[in-house]
Amino acid sequence: MKYIKFLLLGILFGMVMAKAEIISWYRIFEMFNFDAFHMYGVIGSAVILGIIGVQLLKKTKAKSLYGEALHLNPKTMGVYRYLLGGILFGLGWALVGACPGPMFVLLGYGYVPILVVLLGAVMGTFLYGLLRSKLPH
Amino acid sequence: MLEFLSPAWPWYVAGPLIALVMFALLYFGENFGVSNNLRTMCALAGADRFSDFFKIDVKQQAWNLVFVAGSILGGFISYQFLTPDVAVVLSAATTERLANLGFANAGAGYLPQEIFGIEQLTSISGLSVLLVGGMLVGFGARYAGGCTSGHAISGLSNLQIPSLIAVVGFFIGGLLMVHLIMPLIF
Repeated sequence: MKYIKFLLLGILFGMVMAKAEIISWYRIFEMFNFDAFHMYGVIGSAVILGIIGVQLLKKTKAKSLYGEALHLNPKTMGVYRYLLGGILFGLGWALVGACPGPMFVLLGYGYVPILVVLLGAVMGTFLYGLLRSKLPH
Repeated sequence: MLEFLSPAWPWYVAGPLIALVMFALLYFGENFGVSNNLRTMCALAGADRFSDFFKIDVKQQAWNLVFVAGSILGGFISYQFLTPDVAVVLSAATTERLANLGFANAGAGYLPQEIFGIEQLTSISGLSVLLVGGMLVGFGARYAGGCTSGHAISGLSNLQIPSLIAVVGFFIGGLLMVHLIMPLIF
């Protein structure tokens, strides 16, 4: 039963990704060409509300439903991994027009070729696991 | 109700709902980050035999797999019941750029046939684009320690400098692909 809430949140997330056309390859192409405000509005409004909300949660020392500290997961400082990893991610994001969330949503949308993209994403993750000790972080 | 939900949702509906999902996950004691599931899937497939990176407690990530299963269902529901018209209304500038790249019928569906048409699965070049694109996303997300949800939404919301660097990276990569590499591929 404790998983039902995550299923429902996933459904909401999937519907938002689909209905706001965030899963559309064309919207990502448009974003990287600065041709429309849509994607900037989506990410920008989420981040602005996110910043305000997280600051309030920190100020009030809010706890989770289970009385624990919130999992805000501060990132360890570094440059290489974020910049190089980010660039590789961006190359793929623009080519297939989907980041990990939308890949799964598109599966529900019935686009069979996205399975190849998902397979690639799992393979890429595996490759990182193999090469991790040799990469600058 | 269905008619009310059927037109494309504007950004000022989508953005706040994404923030809501992030806060709900925090309240439920977890954190928003979809690409972690790719690592869990590797671990489930036995990748822990090849790298310690995949020696993780899969049970602790079960909630995230359920979340992703929900998102697939959300896509299915949207397609079946809420999207009578799959056309995407694009700006004139985008349509023209796509015509120059050789993409016909821009915006006729969510995805271009030139990349996601079923016939792409039977050509080496078509398969390569899908597979390499996916690999870049998977590799890059783990190298950077997060994807759009983990860095651009969760990380920036928590004012994390590393996330800002990652998002700058996402954009450098995206701009390189769209402006320099795609004209060479298509």
